[in-house]
Amino acid sequence: MRRNQLSIVHMKVNGMPVEVEAGSNILAAAKKVNVNIPTLCYHPDLPAWAACGLCVVKQENSPKLLRACATPVQENLSIITHDAELYQIRKTVLELILSSHPSTCLTCGRNGTCELQRFAAEFGIREQPYEVRLVDLPKDTSTTSIVLDPSKCIKCGRCVQVCQNMQGVYALEFIGRGDQTVISPAASLPLNDSPCIKCGQCSAHCPVGAIFEKDETQSFVKAVSDPDKHVVVQVAPAVRVALGEAFNLPAGTITTNKIYSALRRLGADKVFDTNFSADLTIMEEGTELVRRLTTGSGAIPQITSCCPAWTDYMEKYYPDMIPNFSTAKSPMMMQGAVTKTYYAEKAQIDPAKIYSVAIMPCTAKKFEKSRDDNMRSSGFADVDLVLTTREFARLIKASGIDFLEIEGEEADSPIGMYAGAGTIFGNTGGVMEAAIRTAYHLITGEELPNVNVEAVRGMEGVRSGEVDIKGTKVKVAIAHGMANVATILEEIREARVMGKEPPYQFIEVMACRGGCVAGGGQPYSTTDDIRNKRIAGLYSDDERSTYRCSHQNPEIIQIYDEFLGEPLSEKAHHLLHTTYQERKIYKH
Amino acid sequence: MAFRNYILVCGGTACESSKAGAIYDALVAECRAQGVSQDVQVVKTGCFGFCEQGPIVKVLPEDSFYVQVKPEDAKEIVSEHIVKGREVRRLLYDKDSSKKHAKVEDIKFYQKQFRIVLRNCGFIDPENIDEYIAREGYVALEKTLFDMTPDDVINELKIAGLRGRGGAGFPTWMKWNFTKQVEADEKYIVCNADEGDPGAYMDRSTLEGDPHSVLEAMTIAGHTVGARQGFIYIRAEYPLAIHRLEVAMKQSREYGLLGKNILGSGFDFDIEIRLGAGAFVCGEETALLASIEGRRGMPVPRPPFPAVRGLWGKPTVINNVETWANIPVIILKGGPWFERIGTPDSHGTKVFALTGKIRNSGLVEVPMGTTLREIIYDVGGGIAHDKEFKAVQTGGPSGGVITKDYLDTPIDFGSLTKLGSMMGSGGMIVMDEDDCIVDVAKFYLNFTVDESCGKCAPCRIGGRSLANILDKITKGNGTLEDLDKMEEIGGAMKKASLCALGQTAPNPILSTVYYFKDEYLAHIVEKRCPAGKCKSLITYSINTEKCIGCTACARKCPVQAITGERRAPHTIDPALCIKCGICLETCKFGAVEVR
Repeated sequence: MRRNQLSIVHMKVNGMPVEVEAGSNILAAAKKVNVNIPTLCYHPDLPAWAACGLCVVKQENSPKLLRACATPVQENLSIITHDAELYQIRKTVLELILSSHPSTCLTCGRNGTCELQRFAAEFGIREQPYEVRLVDLPKDTSTTSIVLDPSKCIKCGRCVQVCQNMQGVYALEFIGRGDQTVISPAASLPLNDSPCIKCGQCSAHCPVGAIFEKDETQSFVKAVSDPDKHVVVQVAPAVRVALGEAFNLPAGTITTNKIYSALRRLGADKVFDTNFSADLTIMEEGTELVRRLTTGSGAIPQITSCCPAWTDYMEKYYPDMIPNFSTAKSPMMMQGAVTKTYYAEKAQIDPAKIYSVAIMPCTAKKFEKSRDDNMRSSGFADVDLVLTTREFARLIKASGIDFLEIEGEEADSPIGMYAGAGTIFGNTGGVMEAAIRTAYHLITGEELPNVNVEAVRGMEGVRSGEVDIKGTKVKVAIAHGMANVATILEEIREARVMGKEPPYQFIEVMACRGGCVAGGGQPYSTTDDIRNKRIAGLYSDDERSTYRCSHQNPEIIQIYDEFLGEPLSEKAHHLLHTTYQERKIYKH
Repeated sequence: MAFRNYILVCGGTACESSKAGAIYDALVAECRAQGVSQDVQVVKTGCFGFCEQGPIVKVLPEDSFYVQVKPEDAKEIVSEHIVKGREVRRLLYDKDSSKKHAKVEDIKFYQKQFRIVLRNCGFIDPENIDEYIAREGYVALEKTLFDMTPDDVINELKIAGLRGRGGAGFPTWMKWNFTKQVEADEKYIVCNADEGDPGAYMDRSTLEGDPHSVLEAMTIAGHTVGARQGFIYIRAEYPLAIHRLEVAMKQSREYGLLGKNILGSGFDFDIEIRLGAGAFVCGEETALLASIEGRRGMPVPRPPFPAVRGLWGKPTVINNVETWANIPVIILKGGPWFERIGTPDSHGTKVFALTGKIRNSGLVEVPMGTTLREIIYDVGGGIAHDKEFKAVQTGGPSGGVITKDYLDTPIDFGSLTKLGSMMGSGGMIVMDEDDCIVDVAKFYLNFTVDESCGKCAPCRIGGRSLANILDKITKGNGTLEDLDKMEEIGGAMKKASLCALGQTAPNPILSTVYYFKDEYLAHIVEKRCPAGKCKSLITYSINTEKCIGCTACARKCPVQAITGERRAPHTIDPALCIKCGICLETCKFGAVEVR
């Protein structure tokens, strides 16, 4: 109790008394009395970088200005956030930023969501008083996922901080100095030759249109208008609880059925669900885990492999973990493989004519679909096109679909039904929980009495614990936010060197903080608050599901009966499993 | 004295680059050749400060001050002065003096100086620890280790009123006290030797001439605040200073003055050198610490201050070279002694690198409160070539200009800031009537624009915008509106930039616009550069009445812009002229005119 009292700071913002938690910044204190201070570089996910200069505020009786983002609150501090002088300074700084940023808003991908554009509107900027000088560097289109446009970059540094601190990847850095500063990989290499794992967190945090997902909406439009193409679409778990935000619905609103109907209106011939293959993944990966645990075949711990950014990271930074990786493909790739085999056979459609589309919360998925030949296990590209949630939202809007009003529909059979376990694949801890539900069944032959495995839920960057499967103790760990994974993997390496038992038996890793719900392709302005709401959405989707465990999903039972045989069968192995290889951190 | 004579040869970088090394070798060889090696010790010292007249050789005990010495002069110095006891008159600074001996104290350059920081520069061999010890070196350390408590040391600094010499003037005792009070498993001491102001070399000379004073002071600080490790962050462009620091550190370790169990006290302290790549912004303390940690040198917001959270997140005392060099003297002579020097607001002395259009450029150390006029006219000997004084720039590229109306301002932290300039680290550049104030402002601004780290928008973009406007003005394309824009941008930069580099970068512009508005207006309205510097605004022509047709200018003109018959007045074709000024220099009859 005493500690609680101590951690509250009393201060004033524009004369109004504020009580605020010690350790928070002036931005947060101002927010408490409904005062917004403009900032372009600050993001709640990141430590204050203090670059843009817009958030300057005054301390009473002090000539020096403070940066609201970087100044911690103090007892008795009295702050003025808005007055004539501050307005003029902010306007001048904004005009300076605009003098180095192209005024091509109409043709920019961030038109309408750009934070700089918003401030220019709010400050009523009507002319460019200062000589405009733009960076004349070409776009970096080297990756299949992300486009870097240095001409639009305002050097706020968010992407660099995300890439280095949140993700631990260090693909992006400030290069050069002064007004020659650019943000790029070391030695100005193309992004594709850098350590970049394509997670897209840079694009999700960029306040302007300088880092952007590779837009492939036109490929979709072309495909659906081609009468020779049979367009089949799958939708990832995390999309359903975030897409609504693009249509002003609260974060976490479940829009699964509207998504199905919107896709049909967009011209999809069949609408399936990646959640089905999430269940399929659990069947394969869960069986693999049980086999590793009970027969000693394969390395312990087993580490999840459904996140393509994580897989890329592992192949570059931790190739010694390859034997520990589950050989199961990601749900998206499994769905693509069974679409062009099982579904094609059942529906008697030439798989060559099937155009397989995936709606994903993730930019790395654009890279994953063609990462190697295993992604063509059907004999064709298992997935032809990946669209992010953001691209999908634009597509819906451009097609005149009133997303808020359309009636919801159901997914198509036979690979569209899902259990609650499949839907929580979209959040941190979800794959672990889904696997535990089925592993329990595989080991004991019984159903888990309480399928809500609270122990593995939460937002801590690294979580570990022990799961009791009727006497069999399984030590598990979960990491999300790529920079957090090192903590766990170094423990494993250390145990290996010391010749000790591995500290964990099963590890779930997701590259993005919060998991896929906060993937690099999700709607903008993601914060922990929004992450939590989206995660709550997925858990409620799970709660209301008829089946909670993957092995209970009738379509899963059916596909093994009719087509795959059993988990890890030869056919399953061919279609649903893959291999990994060590990759260079820098290509050259 | 063990030797009859001592020959001190300046071994500062400036004299070294004018063959001081060869002079030293020649003197040693001559002494041997002339059989006086036993009677004479030749010593290579640190900088004498009087760089204008280098290379400098001083002979003791006569105190004869030889200037602009060449290696060839060694023979005569030895044969005349050492062997025969007669000064080599032609090499003396004061050649015409009627006095028997021309002593250093008679030289006006030194008369108003008071040397605390530079006390050993030019007196001792910086590569010989014994010479430092002979001048009470490491006595202050001994005193702090055995006779004083850490609080005594901080109190002594408090009484002395020493303020940081790196520019900001923050009370040194407070910094130390903050760090001392924070509990931490590790603390650090850092010496900021990343001197970057154009034309400034105070810190370099101090380290070259008296490296032990800094090592001793850092060790004292380590003991006072509870740190065991120090770092000296120095730019790689200072090889001589680095070499001398390395030699000094090696000798200190051998003498038990650095390393484990210093002087048997049980206190461990050691120092490492970290080389900087020469980025100006790394002189900013948080950027410097980032650079030591191996990260890109970019400032971060304060608080937390390094004293509380510094290197690798640990409490860190970071002081500039000159501040460090003051510490041992203060400990030895006591706070009250130091407190009495200077002005009520600023105590002690300040070292300046006096350069520009000055007769005696060099390194000077004067008590706080000395006026600009005394420094420029008495120490500096006035303006070179009898030109008219125009302004003096203090505080390096981030300072402002001060005009002749304010020459009697006593120098201290407060008064220079009031004039729109600043003390800075001690650069002082004098300008004369030939300097165009807009051009000068442009020069400084271009420096800070180039050296901006690029992190914060006001500095990164504002600096470039200002530089472009100045460029426009010097090309004759400026408008009156540009003056307002410059004040707008400059104001925003001062208030909203993250670190001192951006906050002070507009100073040269804002102060020159304030003091020399007429000159800006001449450029903008009349499209004229009164100093004749801005090429776009001047034309060269030949006064036909003065020209005698000697053809000298025509022959020298690199672009054949000058034509004319012999013995007939010449003309310059403005379309061809590149305004290089060679004709002006060549003409002996004053016929070439610039307008």
